[in-house]
Amino acid sequence: MNKTEKKGGTLAILGRLLKYMFRFYKWELAAVIICITINAIAAISSSIFLEIIVDEVIYPGIESGWDAVKGTMLNIGLIMAGVFALGVICSFVYNRIMAYVTQGFLKHMRLEMFNKMQSLPIRYFDTNTHGDIMSTYTNDIDALRQLVSQSLPQMYYSTVALITLLFSMLQSSIWLFLVVIVGCVAMLFVTKAVGGKSAKFFIRQQRSMGKTEGFVEEMMNGQKVIKVFCHEEQSKRDFDKINAQLFKDSENANKYANVLMPTINNIGHVLYVLVAIVGGLLVLAGVHNLSITGLEAEAIKMGAIVAFLNMSRQFTINIGQLSMQLNSIVMGTAGAKRMFELLDQESETDEGYVTLVNAETDEKGNIRESATRTGKWAWRHPHKADGTVTYQELKGDIQLFDVDFGYVPEKIVLHDVSLYAKPGQKIAFVGATGAGKTTITNLINRFYDIADGKIRYDGININKIKKADLRRSLGMVLQDTNLFTGTIMDNIRYGKLDASDDECVAAAKLANAHDFITRLPEGYNTMLTGDGANLSQGQKQLLSIARAAVANAPVLILDEATSSIDTRTEALVQQGMDHLMEGRTVFVIAHRLSTIQNSDAIMVLDHGRIIERGSHDQLIAQKGVYYQLYTGAFELE
Amino acid sequence: MLKTLAKSIRQYRKTSILSPVCVTFEVALECILPFYMAEMLENIQIDNSLANIIKWGVILLVLSAFSLVFGMLAGKFAATASAGFARNLREDMYYNIQDFSFANIDKFSTSSLVTRMTTDVTNVQNAYMMLIRVAVRSPIMLVFSMIMAFFIDPVVSLVFLVLVPVLGTGLFVIFKMSWPIFDKVFKKYDAMNESIQENIKGIRVVKSYVREDYEKNKFANTAENVKKDFVRGEKLIALSNPLMQFCFWTATLFICFMTPMVGLTRGVEAIDAKMSSLIVYSAQILSSLMMLSMVLVMFSIARTSAERIVEVIKEESTLSNPENPVTEVKDGSVRFENVSFKYSETAERRALKEVNLDIRSGETVGILGGTGSSKTSLVNLIPRLYDVSEGAVYVGGVNVKDYDIETLRNHVSVVLQKNLLFSGTIKENLRWGNPDATDEEIVKACKLAQADDFVQSFPEKYDTYIEQGGTNVSGGQKQRLCIARALLKKPKILILDDSTSAVDTKTDALIRKAFKEEIPDTTKFIIAQRVSSVMDADKIILMKNGTVSDVGTHEELLARNPVYQEVYYSQNKIGNSEAAKGGEDRE
Repeated sequence: MNKTEKKGGTLAILGRLLKYMFRFYKWELAAVIICITINAIAAISSSIFLEIIVDEVIYPGIESGWDAVKGTMLNIGLIMAGVFALGVICSFVYNRIMAYVTQGFLKHMRLEMFNKMQSLPIRYFDTNTHGDIMSTYTNDIDALRQLVSQSLPQMYYSTVALITLLFSMLQSSIWLFLVVIVGCVAMLFVTKAVGGKSAKFFIRQQRSMGKTEGFVEEMMNGQKVIKVFCHEEQSKRDFDKINAQLFKDSENANKYANVLMPTINNIGHVLYVLVAIVGGLLVLAGVHNLSITGLEAEAIKMGAIVAFLNMSRQFTINIGQLSMQLNSIVMGTAGAKRMFELLDQESETDEGYVTLVNAETDEKGNIRESATRTGKWAWRHPHKADGTVTYQELKGDIQLFDVDFGYVPEKIVLHDVSLYAKPGQKIAFVGATGAGKTTITNLINRFYDIADGKIRYDGININKIKKADLRRSLGMVLQDTNLFTGTIMDNIRYGKLDASDDECVAAAKLANAHDFITRLPEGYNTMLTGDGANLSQGQKQLLSIARAAVANAPVLILDEATSSIDTRTEALVQQGMDHLMEGRTVFVIAHRLSTIQNSDAIMVLDHGRIIERGSHDQLIAQKGVYYQLYTGAFELE
Repeated sequence: MLKTLAKSIRQYRKTSILSPVCVTFEVALECILPFYMAEMLENIQIDNSLANIIKWGVILLVLSAFSLVFGMLAGKFAATASAGFARNLREDMYYNIQDFSFANIDKFSTSSLVTRMTTDVTNVQNAYMMLIRVAVRSPIMLVFSMIMAFFIDPVVSLVFLVLVPVLGTGLFVIFKMSWPIFDKVFKKYDAMNESIQENIKGIRVVKSYVREDYEKNKFANTAENVKKDFVRGEKLIALSNPLMQFCFWTATLFICFMTPMVGLTRGVEAIDAKMSSLIVYSAQILSSLMMLSMVLVMFSIARTSAERIVEVIKEESTLSNPENPVTEVKDGSVRFENVSFKYSETAERRALKEVNLDIRSGETVGILGGTGSSKTSLVNLIPRLYDVSEGAVYVGGVNVKDYDIETLRNHVSVVLQKNLLFSGTIKENLRWGNPDATDEEIVKACKLAQADDFVQSFPEKYDTYIEQGGTNVSGGQKQRLCIARALLKKPKILILDDSTSAVDTKTDALIRKAFKEEIPDTTKFIIAQRVSSVMDADKIILMKNGTVSDVGTHEELLARNPVYQEVYYSQNKIGNSEAAKGGEDRE
């Protein structure tokens, strides 16, 4: 039951894959199918020609000499040349098309996956490891390439060849065909047994490889600790164990894979001998030949057997080719399955209809939509009932009413959170790791949706605001800086794609980043790679502040970096943030209390509840948790 | 390069040799088989008695059985040899990395080492298996099949003398032209995957700036670019199949025409059997050329990987033990004499400039300074994690270069800034400090580091499993466990490199108090950002740009040093007296 289900799964995936391929390359693939069919038949035809030559040229020739049959041979030769030439042309055409189709198809799959990924909710990225997502783009695509470019055409080719051979063998002799069937059953049996073992160990090898990778990664990361504790010998011994296991699995996987081919080949040889023996016996016994056209009047001739032997040889070769594709099909469909899983994920939904537009105010104080960037923004609120549109100025007023939220429904991590941020106010969140500070900001920008309660932005329910517009109105400086490959200028411009160089430099100056950038040899044109690996943590933070500065959103969410940077750079970062915060509504997630003393309100969170709120002075006077944190009696992280 | 790689074959030399030997026999039998098949057809046509048929059948079955045995053995040996070779390569790399000095470690990134030990080794393993199987098989197959073909019919076989060079040159030209294209595409391909990774990591940034469409367009361009280049290469490769078929069919046509002509004019027996075996040989000859071109591609792919592996195996540690090492550390005194230090010989910047220090055994030394002031560089020289560029560092009155490295490091315990716990129980992690530590000793060290309380609060106590990277304990807890681990060494010198940054000030003070009372003879170096962590030290060293800018006690520095004053007052606005009172430790 289970097994058939699994098989159905593989077939279903292959079917879906083919559907995808045909969607993009209908005509190309039709041409490929025609060409492979012709090519395969041309290949098989050589044994038919051989039989004809034996019957029409060689036997008569033995009687009457070469000269008498020369003409016939010449004719047959010309036909063969024609068939073969057609075969070569078809081979050329389909190989060339496949080169194009394979790469094009892989590109389409990559694009579909990437585009899909951009539309997925943050939840997806929080619940799947980056390594797993990445492996869809690397390992799974590689497996798919093997499947599409090699295995699928080969499978089709072999199938056509086998069917053609089947008919010509039946045409030739049913007696001998029965012998071939016995051989085929043996081959399938061996393929299943040996190939199955091999596949089993390949999967084990993959697992051991993953283990080795994890171990090596951990050890290489802690290599300095190993040195400091003179732990080298122990670490070598630990590695030996894991390495030995990987060796065993890899050895077994390859052993079975290597044994499969000679076994299939030699079953082919045995089959050949069997056909010859049975054929010889049939001739000897003078048995009348039986073919699909019926029982023949004449006894079997040796010539028919020679031709049949060629066919049986080709038959076994093609079965061998088919069985060699087993591994690649298993790996390829497994890869395709994971890719489809990604494609089948549900995209982020967005029912919002309130949009953010450039605005200008006319003489009477009415807000109007403007086609150009005015620096002023308004919410465009269409009313379905009467078809009118109203505008409302974007101010940056945010209110949360009794918000409950859980990343999983069973586990609520925020309880009854209410807070009000008036335009221009600075609200700080303080609390231990896991208290729910970041979670609140995840709700404001709708990375996640609340379970209960209300969030209002300038009085509008944020669910009514288009997500893209909501997020555009919120500037984010996140804990992880995440820079992209490109120049420093490109990275700053990420905040506002049409920003001029001057705007970017101005933003860098505001963020206190200008100084260090100009000290780099290439200045703003310095290439950043590997998430800004060539910059210090503090410098990366300055850049991410500059990026937010150029975006110039009315509301800011700042998640301070946890990693320790020295006092001087920290002061620079702090200054940069302070500049950025001027005149904006700001939410700060604080990891160092020194930075939030001037906040309008500080919320102390504990286990998803706001347990204290007030200004710095109020909270200090209260001598509660904040006071203890501030005096250093509690660990913040 | 090959020589270095070959050294890693070691115990798999036997299977590495047996595999090609078996392959040779297998190929020889595979080449003889079609010949005997033709013979059998010829024979049973002449004498189709039962006995004759059975005689030939038995001969062929025996040959086939041998071919099967050799084929299986060859496959088995090749699997063992290549998997073993891969195992040794991984081992050699890993072992050599264990001997790396800090300077060596800095040279390689973790991810690059992981790739070298996994993907690169797999590439070389596959190439090695190719080498001892296919790379042996194909040329032998080519030669044997040629010999057999000529043996059957020297005249008709002349066709191979034309076709083999044609196909060989054709395939080689295709390879030569396509390889540089692929070499370039692979790099682009890697870059493309890196940009995907970047996108996944930065997805929060992408979404908060609403850059989904921008990212899509950017990626579409990259993907199109990669595709175009791949297609350019693949189009060339796509020529090899039709070329191969063209040659094979030309051979078939020639054989089908010439064998009857030659046979009939000379009156040779069994022309049909000859024809079919010649066709089989031509398939073997031409397909072995095809296999050879595949070997070529495989080797080209593996070459870069092999180079990257050899780079790690050949990397020599920049530190080595002296000839007659000192194996005893007398006391915990430390002296820096005119020490200058550069991270590499070619570096322009000196991380430390002419540092002179004299620390008596048992002193507590605080070190303060901004990022880049080389606080870490300074203390890393004490356990000889790096070698000085000029001057000398003395521990217990002996130059650190004269110590046995292990002795020195066992007596100089460092808690690194980037400290790490490994996956395993707390106890296992702590025993890194001393494998033979008793449970009592472990608890004692943890009490000193103020870690016992929270460890006892875990349900599994000291058997609590620490996840990879120590993700299931808080930052402050991790730091305290790392200190306990270092204490278990019972070092003469203990160095804490910003190791209590996440610990609350009260606990921090308790740790320092415990140090003072319980291990008074141990010299203690404490690097910190907080003045409160070092203010009761015997000496406070102020670092600036790789130099020692001032040394003194808290009172002295507070009186005379403006930088120290600034830092102190900025960190103590409320007054430090309140901090000491504090609330209860709550985690």
